[in-house]
Amino acid sequence: MSEKRTRIRVNPQTQEKIPAHFIQKMIFLLNGKEVAIADVGQGVSKDPLISIRIKANRGDKVKVMWSDTLGEKDETEIAIGDGA
Amino acid sequence: MKRYLLSHACRYGDPPATRARRTFLKGVLTAVGALLSAGLLKPLHALAAEWPKTAFESGKIEGTLQNLFGVTQTTASASIKITAPYQAENGATVRLAVSADLPNVSTIAVLVEKNERPLIMAMNFSGAQPYLSLRMKMAQTSDVYVVVKSQGKLYSAKQNIKVTVGGCGG
Repeated sequence: MSEKRTRIRVNPQTQEKIPAHFIQKMIFLLNGKEVAIADVGQGVSKDPLISIRIKANRGDKVKVMWSDTLGEKDETEIAIGDGA
Repeated sequence: MKRYLLSHACRYGDPPATRARRTFLKGVLTAVGALLSAGLLKPLHALAAEWPKTAFESGKIEGTLQNLFGVTQTTASASIKITAPYQAENGATVRLAVSADLPNVSTIAVLVEKNERPLIMAMNFSGAQPYLSLRMKMAQTSDVYVVVKSQGKLYSAKQNIKVTVGGCGG
């Protein structure tokens, strides 16, 4: 994983283009159902701490998926506990 | 039903594991979710869905709204609550939270008028509460617009945020 890059840059030595690199999509799922989808641009901070609010019960499963400009993606799922 | 705040931090500098954090809405208790790194990823249709490129590349608020919603007309609404500082020392990290007390909110978009590219993020809702928060970059002192789509109509609110040091270098 590399740093977030807002713009296309050019390597001064090789003149190679270095593509921009940032998260474009975030999908939030509750028990497998999409509850929110974010289209994200260059304007978020490097550590954007994007948050949403959902109504859920203990044991419900929350999943977050993301993908970026280079086609990388990942996902994380947690079960809602009792807050302890 | 209990309400939870779901928070997700994406830090490229971190290991591939993404971090998920959940916090009680009332702010009484905070729980940090366990790290779960998914090794095998199933392709999901929605991840490949269209990213509104023209809206993000537009340099003007009107152009962004036209590309994002197809209309530019918005109605000022007191039902949109923006929580943000009036003065930000560092434009690289400006915290902003928005909640909309409007029916059937389908989208909340955040725009910084004087950024080279005003559109910061557009969140589309299909079950989550009409709320979002994020950290954004601001090049200079600017009005920040929040546009909410509710029952097919656009509503907006704005707040001016003074920036001491611009944050669009990176």
